[in-house]
This record gives sequence, structure tokens and C-alpha cells, in this order.
Amino acid sequence: MEGILNQLPIGLSIAAVLLLIALGLTFTFGQMGVINMAHGEFIMAGAYTAYLLQGFADRNAVLVALPVAFLVAGLMGLILERAAIRHFYGRPLDTLLLTWGVSLVLQQVARDLFGAPNVQVQSPTWLQGSLGPMPYNRMFILLLAVGSVVAIWVYMNRSAQGRRMQAVMQNRQLAATSGINTGRVDQRTFFIGSGLAGIAGVALTLIGPVGPTLGTYYIVDAFLVVVAGGLGQLRGAVIAALALGLLNSYAEFWTNASLAKVIVFVVIIAFLQFRPQGLFVLRSRALT
Amino acid sequence: MTATLEKPPVTEAPVKEPRDWRGPALFALVAVIGLVVMPLVLEPFRLGLLAKYLTYAIVALGIGLAWGQGGMLTLGQGVFFGLGGYAMGMHLKLNDAGDGLPDFMVWSGVETLPALWEPFRNPVFAIAMVVVVPGAIAWLLGTLVFRQRVRGAYFAILTQALAAAMVILLVGQQGLTGGTNGLTNFFEFFGQDVAADSTQRGLYFTVAIVLGVLFLGAWQLQRSRFGRLLLAVRDGEDRVRFLGYNPATVKTITFTLSAVMAGIAGALFVPIVGIISPALLGVVPSLELVVAVAIGGRFALAGAVLGAVLMGYAKTYFSEELPDAWLYLQGALFILVIGLAPKGIIGIISSLRRRKEAAA
Repeated sequence: MEGILNQLPIGLSIAAVLLLIALGLTFTFGQMGVINMAHGEFIMAGAYTAYLLQGFADRNAVLVALPVAFLVAGLMGLILERAAIRHFYGRPLDTLLLTWGVSLVLQQVARDLFGAPNVQVQSPTWLQGSLGPMPYNRMFILLLAVGSVVAIWVYMNRSAQGRRMQAVMQNRQLAATSGINTGRVDQRTFFIGSGLAGIAGVALTLIGPVGPTLGTYYIVDAFLVVVAGGLGQLRGAVIAALALGLLNSYAEFWTNASLAKVIVFVVIIAFLQFRPQGLFVLRSRALT
Repeated sequence: MTATLEKPPVTEAPVKEPRDWRGPALFALVAVIGLVVMPLVLEPFRLGLLAKYLTYAIVALGIGLAWGQGGMLTLGQGVFFGLGGYAMGMHLKLNDAGDGLPDFMVWSGVETLPALWEPFRNPVFAIAMVVVVPGAIAWLLGTLVFRQRVRGAYFAILTQALAAAMVILLVGQQGLTGGTNGLTNFFEFFGQDVAADSTQRGLYFTVAIVLGVLFLGAWQLQRSRFGRLLLAVRDGEDRVRFLGYNPATVKTITFTLSAVMAGIAGALFVPIVGIISPALLGVVPSLELVVAVAIGGRFALAGAVLGAVLMGYAKTYFSEELPDAWLYLQGALFILVIGLAPKGIIGIISSLRRRKEAAA
């Protein structure tokens, strides 16, 4: 029983990180039909941002890093979108390979800049300790994800820009004929999505070391969240991330770490038998 | 009123186009180079490298079939490659161990041979598993996924997740699979010393002939009605369904074939390179081969083979000469090819030829 309780914070914090990563993916995939494999390297960039800021803010680096990492990763995403991805809209398979090339290059850049071995980011002293079975650092990650989801929800539903984003996601041509500058909207979505990956990277420094291949560990699972949650669906991403994070950590707990991923994979395939397009589907009459 | 009876336009009997011999001639030329010239001019070490690239080319052929012809981007071919490789590796390990246990099991404290291993003593069973296991898994996955019309990027992501899960599974089951090290230290291959030049030479001929046969088979498949149907599924799956075919069946069969090819390649890889380990079949090696196919030219089977061999050479050359620059180069190459020449080398060649013909 105690084991079950102890596993909960781990599962929840993994779910929170997955959610932060998957939000960016689900929107870029849903809105632009783009699969961005370099998304994992934006996580890595966020984590290294926290590492670098230690020289400046010492143990509070994590806090300072949150906005900075958002900007750094967001700008990287924006540059990638402008320079390459926008030429490939609607060709998800080509963008997948293209951005994988980008991700290889970025990993090598990180290796050259920071060295191949992992580095450690000191977590703030006020995050040490725990409330019952819930360590403060994992609680912090959870709060970060909740805060981000609320912010995204407000942005999407209460701001003019967010409504434009929804319009483009639902029907790009119609949105364009209604006078929406879809290119602009794409840039913004990409910026925000990549920025969230940067925040996820900062969160990851609280629970583990930072290395050039940090992003690759999470990107596959994050894509599974997108598949299970449904394209461009905030609700779907939240539920799927929670389910996947918890399933992952409990499968590890009850069987062993090596079987957990296989179990998750089988569950996803089984789930797709009932909901092949994910939990929530954007209804449309279009025939693909 | 005289209706002028016009003679109906004469439908000319279709002129039988002269068979294009350039393709078969090229194939014969490559076969002569591969089977006669290369073994004569290459020293054993280089011939071994070429044999390794040819096993990759077999995987690439499968990718070319599934992705280029069928539009299924599979990012998990490493899984099937690995299944074939491990089936072969298990047999070789047991053969070397004789009545004892394979060395790595002793190291990780396993005392009795796991039941899963026992039947692999039999070479016929092991070779059958090389084909059956990858085929069965691909068939099951394909049936479940394609039936639900899960396709495109979703399918790609699922195959990638499968590759990731497979690696973690293999690494974790140390006593069963050799963990991170995988299966290595083989001595004997069907009665021959596996490291001997003569064995390696024989293996080179085997892999070259297997590749040639599979290539001809895939070529024939591509020209058949089934091949036409596969192209149609790639370009308009719903239309094919409206015509009364079941696209899921077509895709499942093709995906299974590509998995079987990868399995065969894996089984040949093990005695040639002397190791099969999780690092050889994860997400990255699987993706690398897909990109090799893209570089060679995904819409032509020859492009897939060409791409895999070229990539193998490039990787060896640059990791020897400029190890640091290789990842940059590789990344830049992918970006350039996907961005500027999505049809790859074959695409560039055929567009050059068309331009020349247009000018003439």
C-alpha cells in the first residue's frame, strides 16, 4: 500500500512533464500537420538554460530559468519554423525526417558546447523536503504543468489570438478567407509550443541530470500522448498524459522497468481499437 | 439526305513497346560487380564491411517497399532486424556453449537455460523463427492498426514507440538477452570458424545473393497487380476502398513482407559483424535507414538499396576520418535531401535524364 502511495508522486510528475512536452506537439501537429522531432532538443535547451543560469542565480536558477528557457526554446522553435518547417506544411512524414536531422545537429552542438557527460543542476533549498509522500520538487513540477494548462486554456478561449489559433486549427482555408493571417498564427503556435518544451526541460533538471540526449528519452512518450489524446486537443492531452504517466510508473512498479514500456505500447494499441483517432476528435466532414 | 458515313477512326493496334532492357542490364552489371569484381579487388576486411552494408540494404529494400510504394513510414524496422538477429544469435550462442550455458548467462548468474532458449538449439527452428517472429509481429500490429485506419504519422509514431520499447525490454532482461552488450563472442557458424576469411567470404556471397533474390522478388511484386494496388493505396486509400478493395489487407501484407526482409537481414548481420545488441536496433538506427532510403530515392527500389550502401560507406568513412563532424554532416545531409531533393539520388538522375531527352 505504501509502495502504491509512494509511486503516485513519481507518476504524477512524469505525467506533468509529458503534458508540457505534448502540448507543443499536439498543437503543431493539429494545426500545421507537422511532426517536430526536434521538439526534444528544445527540452534539452531549456534544461541547459537552467544549468547556465546557475552562475548567475545560484540555487534559484530554476526559478529564473523558467521565463528565460521559455524564450530560448520558443525562439529556437520560431527560427526552425521560419527557416525550414513552413515549407513543409501538410507533409508530416517529410517534416519528421527533416526535423530529425535538425535534432541530430542540435544534439551535437550541445555536446560541443557542454561536453558529452551529464551535468547536474542544483535544486533550490526551499524545494528540498516533502509533504507526506509528495516531495516538494515533484509538487513544483505538477504545479508548473497545472499553471501552464490554465494559461493555455485562457489563451485559447479568452484571447483574440487564441481564438484565431482555434479557427486555423479547425479550418485553415476558411480562417484565411476570413482575414486571419494564418502564417502569423502558425508562428505564434510554434513559439508557445516550443517554449513549453523549454519549461519542461527546466522541470526535468529538478528530478535528474542534464545531457545532450535528454530530449530523446521523452519525445517518443510525448508523441504517444498526442496519439492517444487526439490532435490539437487540450483536454485529450491532459487526460492522456495523466494516464500514460501513471500507467508508466505503476507498470514499472508492479512488473519491472523493462516491461513497462511494452505494456504501455500494448495498452495504446488496444486503446486505438476503440478510439482510432484518440480520445477527442475534431469533427469534420473532410475525407483524408 | 445522305448521311455521310464516316469511317470510324481506326484504332491502331497498340504498338508493343520494345521491352526496356536498361533496367535488367543494370541489374546484371551490378550483380557482376557484386559477385565477381568486389570479392576479387577488396581485402577481407573491406569485403566484410560491404557485406554489412548489404544486410542494411536488405532492410532498406523492405522500407522502400513499405514506405516508397505503400506510403507506410515505418520507423521501427530495427525491431524486426533485431528479432531476426537475436534468433540467429541465440542459436549460435547455444551451439558454442555445447552442453553448458552461454557465457553471458553465467556472468549474470542464470543457472538453468531459460525455456525460451531451449528450442533455438535446433538450427531449423532458429532459421524458421528468423522469418516467423518478425512476420507474425508485423502482421499482428498491421492488422490491428490498419484495420482501424490508423495511418500516416500515427503509424510512424507507433512503430517508433515499438522500437523504443523493444530496446528497453532487451536491456532490462539481462539474463535472457545479454542486456546492453547483446549477444556477441561467436565462434562457430554452422561448423565453420566464424572469423575465418573463407567463412566471411561465403557469408558475403550469401548476403549478396539473398539481396539480389529479394530485390527481384520485390521488383516483380511492384510490377504485379498487387503492386499497382499498393501504389493506389498510397495515393488514395479511400478511393481504393470505394472500389471494393480492402486497403488494410494490402498494407498488412506489405508491412509483413518488409518486416520479414528486416528479419532475414538481422540474421545475416549476426555472423558477419559478430554482434547483435540493443544499440543496433533502436530508434536511431531505424531512422537512419529510413533516411538512407530517402537519400537514395524512396520511390524506386534501387534507390533504397543504393542509399543504404552509400550511407554505410559514408558513415564508416567519416567516423574514421572526421568523427566529430559526422553528426553535423549527417544532419545537414538529411535536411538538404529531404528539403531540396525529396526523390533522392534516383530522382535527381532521372530528372537529369529527362532534361537531356527533352533537349535532344
